[in-house]
Amino acid sequence: MTATRRANLVAAAALVFSMAGAIATLHAIDHTRRASAAQEALYVRSSKVLRRMSLGYTGLLADIYWTRAVQYFGERHHHGSRDFRLLAPLLEVTTELDPRLLPAYQFGANFLAPKPPNGAGLPGSALFLMKYGIEHNPGQWRLYYNLGFLYYTEFKDYAKAADAFAQGAKLPVTNEYMPILAARMAQHAGEFDTARMLWRMTYESTKDPQIRDNAVQHLLALQVDEDVTRLEQVVEKYREQTGRLPASMGDLERAGFIHGTPADPKGRPYKLMPDGRIEVQDPESIFFITKGLPPGAAPPQPLHQIEPESR
Amino acid sequence: MNSGRRNANAGNPNAGNANARIGYIAFNTFREAVRDRVLYNLIAFALLLSGASILVGEISIDVERLVVVNLGLTAVSLFGVVIAIFIGIGLVSKEIDKRTLYTVLSRPVRRWEFVVGKFFGLTGTLVVNTVLMAIGVLLALLYVAHRFEKMDAWVLVALYFIVLQFLIVCALALFFSSFSTPLMSAVFTFALFVIGSLAEDLRGFARITQGVGGWIATAVAYLVPNFSALNVISQVAHGDAVPGRLILYNTLYALLYSAMAISGAVLIFQRRDLK
Repeated sequence: MTATRRANLVAAAALVFSMAGAIATLHAIDHTRRASAAQEALYVRSSKVLRRMSLGYTGLLADIYWTRAVQYFGERHHHGSRDFRLLAPLLEVTTELDPRLLPAYQFGANFLAPKPPNGAGLPGSALFLMKYGIEHNPGQWRLYYNLGFLYYTEFKDYAKAADAFAQGAKLPVTNEYMPILAARMAQHAGEFDTARMLWRMTYESTKDPQIRDNAVQHLLALQVDEDVTRLEQVVEKYREQTGRLPASMGDLERAGFIHGTPADPKGRPYKLMPDGRIEVQDPESIFFITKGLPPGAAPPQPLHQIEPESR
Repeated sequence: MNSGRRNANAGNPNAGNANARIGYIAFNTFREAVRDRVLYNLIAFALLLSGASILVGEISIDVERLVVVNLGLTAVSLFGVVIAIFIGIGLVSKEIDKRTLYTVLSRPVRRWEFVVGKFFGLTGTLVVNTVLMAIGVLLALLYVAHRFEKMDAWVLVALYFIVLQFLIVCALALFFSSFSTPLMSAVFTFALFVIGSLAEDLRGFARITQGVGGWIATAVAYLVPNFSALNVISQVAHGDAVPGRLILYNTLYALLYSAMAISGAVLIFQRRDLK
């Protein structure tokens, strides 16, 4: 073997070995520096300073911060964290760099306000973000929708929610459900239907898988809450008619109050308890439910519903 | 370049010690770089910037240390990268233009020894530069804070990471200059430096991209140098500690990545027609 050939072989082997080693080391570095990109990003919290640093490429910088915000929340949520203190500043910096980045507002409306572990527990920050978004994008009905959504779900302020939906309904480009929502808010009517309409609109107005997944979980929970409420009303009617509680779902069926065995959205039949309450069979399988839980049980939370790696 | 002449053992290409030949090429590369006036200018600029940090520190109430560390280390990093790129890209082409490469390679110096020697020479130059600039930063820090604190030790770690950064930039500049023109080598190296500085975000983008595009994005994200992990300037400016494990991994990574780029440069340079 000539010296040149030997040198080539050694260099090729070194190339392959070092490439594999570098990639493996990079994995270890990533593990050590989990979420540090977001933390480092926030050593500079002033969007004015960031604007100067970006040399005019504010759009690109906003995209980078937006990606960091999504990853920051996704990874922490995935690991069951209850601390999302950087989410608000990350979204604020993102939208200050690019006030027209609409998905950031929608993300904020869905994950800034809810209590941990489903959000940062900062409804005030979410409200501020929505108002900032509307100020810079007055023609976007989605922002009025998000504002109304926040007033309804987090503040229970029906008047302000109705006002936000009504304003959004007046825009040249809007959604057909906006005036209906405005009217329902004004009347406080049909809680379940209103909530269902809101979550369905949230689902349909975004492509973000985290927001969509969150909306689906809420829709399933609403279905359970509504079913349990209705079934408990039926039990009460049965008791009024017969003077005793039904011993099983079969009693209700034989009395003509229900048809078949009622089941939750996952297909598991509801349980009729001896005291007449209705419970779901597996309270951990449907998140966000407020009814159908054993006495004293807290609503289950989706700690591991988001899989950022698979997105 | 005049290297290799005095060291040459004419007639037998295997004669002499490869390490000695590499050392000789490295020393000559270092000597030539130090003679370069542009190099002196850049050091002067870096020191000037450190001086400016003192002025900025004085008008930035309560954040003097922060400003001095941020400005000083950023200057060290950027000036070093500029030096690494502009000297690195000319290492091979200058030798060809001056025809000194033929003299070197006609002696018992193998092509791979030439490439490796050049790399060590340039790296040595940058280490010396960094030490000089680091002294400037530390003096500026002492000037504004009046004394060193325990957390200032992390500034040394940041400086060490900057040296690791230079190691990769030198290797990349040498890699590109082994087959490309100086201008294109500068463009490629600088572009990789910018992309590599956003490497963690790039991997973030790759993670949320699906399908074939996701695979390609992931491959690219892992192949570009990860300069973002080597940049802890903001962290140490705030007095935050750098995990020992990160120091170890970053060292390993910089050595492996540089070895990869140098191996690539050797493979290309071995096949290059120099006539």
